[in-house]
Amino acid sequence: MSESKSPIVEKIREGVIGFGMARWIIVAFLFIIWIVAALWTDENLGKMFGDCLVRTGMNGVLVLALLLPVRAGNGLNFGLPLGIVCGLIGGIIGMEFAAEEPFGIFATSEFLSRGWSGFIFAHVVALPLAALCGLALGWLVERVRGQEMMVGIYVGFGAIAGMCVIWLVIPVKSQELVLPIGGHGVRQTVLIDDYYTRILDHWPRSAEEGASAPEALLHRVFDFGTMEPVEAGNAKPRTRAEARSWVPHRKYTGFFVPVGVLLYWLGMCGLLALFLRTRIGVAMTAAGSNPDFARSIGIHVPRMRIASMVASTMLGAVGILVYSQSYGFYQLYKAPLWMAFPTVAALLLGGASLKKASVFHVIIGTLLFQSLLTTSLPVVNTLVKDSAYASSLSNLPEIARLIIQNGVILYALSRVTGGRK
Amino acid sequence: MTSPPPALELDGIRKEYYGNVVLQGVDLTLAKGEIHALLGENGAGKSTLMNILFGMPVIAETGGFDGEVRLAGAPVAFGSPEEAMAGGIGMVHQEFMLIPGFTVAENIKLNREPLRPTKVFKPFGNALRRLDEGVMHADARASLDRIHLDLSSHVLISALPVGHMQFIEIAREVDKSAIKVLVFDEPTAVLTEGEAETLLGIMRELAEQGIAILFITHRLEEVMRVADSVTILRDGQRVWSGPKQETSVEHIAETMVGRDLESDEVPVLAARDEKPQTTILEVRDLAVAMPGESVRGLDLDIRRGEIFGLGGLAGQGKIGVANGLMGLYPTTGSVKVNGAELRLNQPRESLNAGMSFVSEDRRGVGLILDESIEMNIAIPAVEVKSKFLRGPRSGWLKSFGWFDGTAARRHAESMIERLDIRTMGPSQAVGRLSGGNQQKVCLARAMVLDPDILLVSEPTRGIDVGAKKLVLDLLVELNREHGLTVIMTSSELMELRSVCDRIAIVTEGKVAGILPPDAPDVKFGLLMSGEAV
Amino acid sequence: MNRLVAFLAANVVPIMFLGISAAGIIMADLTLSSVSSDVSERVFRNLFLVLSLIIPIVAGLGLNFGIVLGAMAGQIGLILIQNGKIGGLEGLFVATAGSIPLAILFGYLTGLLFNRTRGREMITGIILGFFANGIYQFVFLILAGPVIPLHAEDVLLTKRNLDGTVSPLMGLRVTMNLTMIEAALDYPLEHFAPDGWIRKMSASMFGDRFAGSIPIRFGGVKWATIPILTLLTNVALCFGLTWFLRTKLGQDLRAVGQDSHVAEVSGIRVDRCRIIAIIMSMVLAAMGQIIFLQNMAVMNTYQSHEQVGFYAIAALLVGGATVSRASIWNAIFGTILFHLLIVVVSTAGSRLESPQIGEYLREFFAYAVIGVTLALHAWRSKRG
Repeated sequence: MSESKSPIVEKIREGVIGFGMARWIIVAFLFIIWIVAALWTDENLGKMFGDCLVRTGMNGVLVLALLLPVRAGNGLNFGLPLGIVCGLIGGIIGMEFAAEEPFGIFATSEFLSRGWSGFIFAHVVALPLAALCGLALGWLVERVRGQEMMVGIYVGFGAIAGMCVIWLVIPVKSQELVLPIGGHGVRQTVLIDDYYTRILDHWPRSAEEGASAPEALLHRVFDFGTMEPVEAGNAKPRTRAEARSWVPHRKYTGFFVPVGVLLYWLGMCGLLALFLRTRIGVAMTAAGSNPDFARSIGIHVPRMRIASMVASTMLGAVGILVYSQSYGFYQLYKAPLWMAFPTVAALLLGGASLKKASVFHVIIGTLLFQSLLTTSLPVVNTLVKDSAYASSLSNLPEIARLIIQNGVILYALSRVTGGRK
Repeated sequence: MTSPPPALELDGIRKEYYGNVVLQGVDLTLAKGEIHALLGENGAGKSTLMNILFGMPVIAETGGFDGEVRLAGAPVAFGSPEEAMAGGIGMVHQEFMLIPGFTVAENIKLNREPLRPTKVFKPFGNALRRLDEGVMHADARASLDRIHLDLSSHVLISALPVGHMQFIEIAREVDKSAIKVLVFDEPTAVLTEGEAETLLGIMRELAEQGIAILFITHRLEEVMRVADSVTILRDGQRVWSGPKQETSVEHIAETMVGRDLESDEVPVLAARDEKPQTTILEVRDLAVAMPGESVRGLDLDIRRGEIFGLGGLAGQGKIGVANGLMGLYPTTGSVKVNGAELRLNQPRESLNAGMSFVSEDRRGVGLILDESIEMNIAIPAVEVKSKFLRGPRSGWLKSFGWFDGTAARRHAESMIERLDIRTMGPSQAVGRLSGGNQQKVCLARAMVLDPDILLVSEPTRGIDVGAKKLVLDLLVELNREHGLTVIMTSSELMELRSVCDRIAIVTEGKVAGILPPDAPDVKFGLLMSGEAV
Repeated sequence: MNRLVAFLAANVVPIMFLGISAAGIIMADLTLSSVSSDVSERVFRNLFLVLSLIIPIVAGLGLNFGIVLGAMAGQIGLILIQNGKIGGLEGLFVATAGSIPLAILFGYLTGLLFNRTRGREMITGIILGFFANGIYQFVFLILAGPVIPLHAEDVLLTKRNLDGTVSPLMGLRVTMNLTMIEAALDYPLEHFAPDGWIRKMSASMFGDRFAGSIPIRFGGVKWATIPILTLLTNVALCFGLTWFLRTKLGQDLRAVGQDSHVAEVSGIRVDRCRIIAIIMSMVLAAMGQIIFLQNMAVMNTYQSHEQVGFYAIAALLVGGATVSRASIWNAIFGTILFHLLIVVVSTAGSRLESPQIGEYLREFFAYAVIGVTLALHAWRSKRG
């Protein structure tokens, strides 16, 4: 049975198998969508691929936030909205500094509210808050062993609902933040156009946009097509042939690599991968893989688990800031309520389970899941546009997302046999 | 001949597990109204015999058994515990099979509840018939009275003291109307002295009511007080059987332990030249709350450079000693390592004091099963000794020194060679290895910490003969050549006697006595049974 | 003193709720009678759903978040009668009969899944609810019409053609007016012909204006309206549950819930018992959803079921139930207290601040009560 093969063939074979059936199916499905899109729709493939990358970078940090709790044995952190709320608070507080009299007590500071410094200041406010919230979440989760995920879900829901009340009464002064009626409370969606919209996505900028020489040089390296920040992808191809060709047409492809956001995310992935090889990272993994083993070699298992929740909540806060700069809005109130679920699904789709996850799973999972979501919606919409049933059929991608997303989580839950019998 | 057939007869019972003979033709006869003590060390075959008697599925799943079981003269073959119970065999469990939130009556009648007649819900069988509470409590009352337990049948189990639960179990068995044979499995283990007294009285009384009782215990003194006859098993064989009058505590103890001359799988060591003298580990009043293996006030002095054995029957606490010393279960008392007081309940402190542990729970505590061999060996070293790390090893950054995979791999490769670990390579997951090779990895992971004291629990459990010898040889080598002090805990007395300098027998959570390896069998037997030597 | 502390500690959730409600009533100066009539209406339509949660708790499965599937079964029953144009009590009966086999099927499948995910039934239930919602949408938004031959134009989404005719499309309407069975249980008489013998008889006995519900007046204001049939249905369920838990099967379920290992050893078929518990819960939830919707008279085809499990569970927990212990009284008190808080918070919120704040507060309290109860339970059971 065991015939000798060259090591390279063997390596490739192992790689193919190791990638997992589920992921191959998704890859195949993606290709089918792309082929369908290329042949039967007017969709601009270049723009579509660009969008996939944007969406991947946009959601990547949030998915990455789930990694450490799984490694440390806390399972899937459905309490992610807690971190998201912290990130949003940081963002809103930062933006308020553009007002004439921030919160009625401070002085206006363009520095703290706009541009790179504003984006970083949002982090500076959000991160300590997230660390505190993560500590509390970790402490709670540590005390409810066995029900971590349930409690996580409700902590997340509770945090969102509680913040809803607080958003309504916050005394913001900025005209862009405040509710039009009432004079206090924050709006449902806050436009961040003039602050730091797509600041990561569009890094590096061109020289015309005021970039420094090295940045502009980088810009030219990654300049695949239309790079105008706002019009990216809006340039309409003149003919179908042009649209189908995704080989960079300088003007029409719309293909766009969000270099900054991908770098930011992949950099964080790299840092986390490095962290997992440090002494404390190794200890955290051991605590998750076998707590008894870890305890027997003197690792303080609860401390590791709490630390993983702190890291997760902080990454969740960063994640929503990255997400929002790409999206162009801060979505407040109940918008983040369901965010944990697709994020979790992406991680699981990447090949992780309730007990095992790696940076590789994060990267692959985000890329595949977000590509699936990004491409299926416009393709299906175009395909069914002329059908009498368009209004119903256009829901198909969303329905499919519900089924895939929750099916993947259900599958992961049912795969590990329950502890107590 | 018109004398009634015995209540229970086991005739030539033979059982193999995967080619391993665990019972080789055991006979046992139990007359009506007789209390018959069944004795033997761990692994002598008592539990397998009980599994066969109760028709436990595990027996059929592993190929059934040879021989015959006869109940009141009629051959029976039970396919499940339920059938055995229906056939009139009952068991009083060591761990209580009671539902805490139910009343005494509900527990006594569990799944045998008397039901009221129904007309409407007939199609549903018994499912929707109401419980007849009156009958339930009356029956429970009767059973409680039968064992003279003055207790309301309406009380919740959770409100009862632990000692009473054993009696509720007995009442439940007695309540089964057809009960002919009742098995008591270590019934006095969790009882106070007074309660144990009462229990023995109840046993006598039940026997007088005509129930045949099979009494499994390690307390020989109890055997001598209540049993009518005795059967002793050793290594799957019946080595002695007869009326109590023909035996004595000493005789039983000796017969139970008796050295089997044929099994010489383990090396017998030559005496060493000089005896170790200085004390390396001083244990006083050690109490360890390890479920099922609790230690209750144990004193020990371990000398530097010796191999010290901890023996005794299962459940008596020998396993708890090493676990307590390593800080894995809540521990009290005083432990001095090299004269310095050890902070208890802190695994890290124990490790830093130079102790290293090979756990009896190889797959649970010992290894991370889906990690590779190299990581299993390296992780403890990284954590405890900051080995295999690059970058900062001290100061506040020391947690962020990172893992040197090459060094860890080199080390793993050298250990694989030295311990002869059969594997495809250092990156193979330990879960895929055989038991013996897993144990070698456990040893490697203990040795990587360069300990002064190596605690090894059940090092040869569940591994094959070749690996056994290698493991024991390695322990001796480490001891003789590297001066390592070894504390070895084992259920196999033979094994302890072949490598240890001194052997302590732990009984009921205390050291019953310390013996040299060449002490006579009877002394070991007596210590195990809690008798003074 | 110690007993007082123990009592307070054991009932911390209900006491907290009562306190917040009282504070809300005083601060916003609400009229007690209007609060009480609001609360009573909500209690009557919700209680059945809350009661449907009890059996799985008794059987050790925890809070059955899977009743969303039961509610779906109930809604499918309603879709059937809507499509077949069957109204009144008869319609309710047909809808229930149609939903029960579905509920049994859903319960069986859920039970199988829960047996695979032992110890994690609750989170599995939550996710299962979301998953089933996807399937439900697929079936009724895509398949209904072209594949499933539903026909009535007030069930399907429609399109107005250029020539003024209306043609049915794919998928069910987003909201359905259940006028044919509107309050069929609460005001059954309204669904009988005005000159039929039933109406005449009731008019002669209870007066013209009696339609099946009795208003409770006190000091000239209405404090509550008691829908007789709904009340009787709930009472019957309470007695039924009490009776059931003292049958052989009920006793088995209790044993399984208390200690499944001991139950198994005693010869009780644990897995089967757990499946039966889930099936019963699903069937009751289907009926509960039908009772709920006949009172609401409007069904959000794709949303009505979503939050069912969540609000019912919150209500039960407010009543002092835990993950492993629940009684009928927990359900009754909990439903009253929870809906008291909802009514108070929404009205007080909109009176004091904006209407939104009430809605958000309501949700916050519901999430918080579930979270806190789960945490307290896990905490207590860990400490032993």
